[in-house]
Amino acid sequence: MTAAAEASAGTIAAEMTPRQRRVIKTIDVAGLIITIATVLGAIFWAFPLYWAVVTTLKPENEVIQPGIQLWPEHFTLDAYVHVLFGTRIGQWYVNSLFTATSVTVGVVAISALAGYAISQLKFPGRRLLWWIILASFMIPVPALIVNHFVLMSQFHLINTYLGIILPQLVYGPVTVIIYKQFFDSVPKEFREAAKIDGANEFQLFFRLYLPMNWGITTALAIITFIGAWNQFLWPFLAATEEPMFNITVGITQVTDAFGVKYARDLGSAILAGLPVAVVYLIFQRRVTQAIMLTAGIKG
Amino acid sequence: MASTTDTTAAPEIRLNKHRIDYSEWLAAGIFVLPFVAIYAVLFIYPTVQMILLSLQDAPLIGAGKWNGIDNYIRLFKDRLFSVAVWNTVYFVLLSVIPSTILGLLIALGVNRLKGWAQSVILACFFLPNILPVSVVYRVWNWMFDSQFGILQYPIHFFVGANVPVFRTLPLFMPTVAFITIWWGIGFNVLLFIAGLRNISPDIYESASLDGATRWQQFTRITWPLIWPVTVLVLTIQLILQFKIFDQIYLFGNGGRSDATMGLVQLIYRDAFQKNQGGYGATVAFALFAIIVIFSVLQYQLLRARGEK
Repeated sequence: MTAAAEASAGTIAAEMTPRQRRVIKTIDVAGLIITIATVLGAIFWAFPLYWAVVTTLKPENEVIQPGIQLWPEHFTLDAYVHVLFGTRIGQWYVNSLFTATSVTVGVVAISALAGYAISQLKFPGRRLLWWIILASFMIPVPALIVNHFVLMSQFHLINTYLGIILPQLVYGPVTVIIYKQFFDSVPKEFREAAKIDGANEFQLFFRLYLPMNWGITTALAIITFIGAWNQFLWPFLAATEEPMFNITVGITQVTDAFGVKYARDLGSAILAGLPVAVVYLIFQRRVTQAIMLTAGIKG
Repeated sequence: MASTTDTTAAPEIRLNKHRIDYSEWLAAGIFVLPFVAIYAVLFIYPTVQMILLSLQDAPLIGAGKWNGIDNYIRLFKDRLFSVAVWNTVYFVLLSVIPSTILGLLIALGVNRLKGWAQSVILACFFLPNILPVSVVYRVWNWMFDSQFGILQYPIHFFVGANVPVFRTLPLFMPTVAFITIWWGIGFNVLLFIAGLRNISPDIYESASLDGATRWQQFTRITWPLIWPVTVLVLTIQLILQFKIFDQIYLFGNGGRSDATMGLVQLIYRDAFQKNQGGYGATVAFALFAIIVIFSVLQYQLLRARGEK
């Protein structure tokens, strides 16, 4: 603290009652400690990712040198060049992109439609359907892997895109609930007015309810995409051949091809995480919103 | 499925509206059809099949023989099953409770910050959360690498030698739990921050005017008001961590050791590696039962405590 700042703090303090001064003092000391601890914690949390990225930018011989080099001495993109052109990572990228996008479109579409019906329409079985959706939270999806696998192999879908995509469509019953909540809060007056103008249910859905909730559709689509991209267990089981691997499976299951090369292994990992990291950094607020929603906090 | 409720739902609608809108039924049918079809085929059917398969002596693919509750009897005698249950519960304890407490502490710290500083700090804690498990595995495998890992410097300093943590049994679960906390804490922090923002600043203001210390403010205001969020975080984390597979499998080198076996991994082992679909389904049903029992119990217990 500079002398001037200290002096001005002193004059402010002098104008205060003793109790106020005491309050300010506790805030300063304890608050400062908490803030410093938080910042140190954040650095600790971010460091492994930073360290991984820095490692990928070093030549392989520098990576295994003793000592901690926080910045590469000889900057190189060799690891990435090798991973991109020397492995099947391009194919795995395409696989991940295609399956994750399909899962996202599928989940959002069926959830929006079902959410609309449950929210706005009266039909027999509505309560039963709602009850089933709520109950489905209880069933751990990994417990279903055996029968998902049996089912998919009966349809001859193992090692196909469809076989990887289909079981993942039931991973998110919560999206239906979120859609229902948002459709519930669309004012009834809009609905009445559109109905008087002769709109049917499909026009109401596509022209009124869906456009009024684009924000929530975006948020749910992003979070579903991240979830599907990150899926490990099912794609790991449903694809047994290297060309069908998702990137999350490929980078952990195929290493023998280039032995223990730290920069390359990490480079492939960075590339695998890059799309979701970029999506998160661009749509940070949407992602946070979607996470709150999936946890049942509306805000 | 729908037909069973026809009789119960119809009179209710007739009472309310004095008529049945069949066109609304038709529209609703079209709207819910994709959802119902997919959930019936890929959720309800496999769940029923899991229960039926658990009562059979069956390979993964192909016909089986009914054998009643033999699989369940075998389950209780299976030493590997008790190892898997214990490992799973151990992992849940090591990861759920610390990540909830730490999540609250971090949220309290982050919540004090303002503007861009808050966004940056929050992003540091949250970024690992959106990464795939494979990235987490590669990053921490490198951090702990027994030859060149950066964490071997402090380990060497304290222990006097490099330690291959993932191949040292007593260290395996705590380390994987620690990495899981690093990975997943952002989620908890977000929920706690949302909870903290819902507490009106007026309450703190009047409390500090009454001379309440920071600690008193935390124990008398923050903690009781944040309790429902704590219950939510604990429940979500509990259900999530009971399903542990990916990390144990990856860090355990493809699950080669029985000593680090978890429940989902046992399903994988029995059904896929040993080709015993029936017994695998039995383990799967046990996992299902354990998760239901634990989450209902925990929710009831924690809610009851919160109401006092």
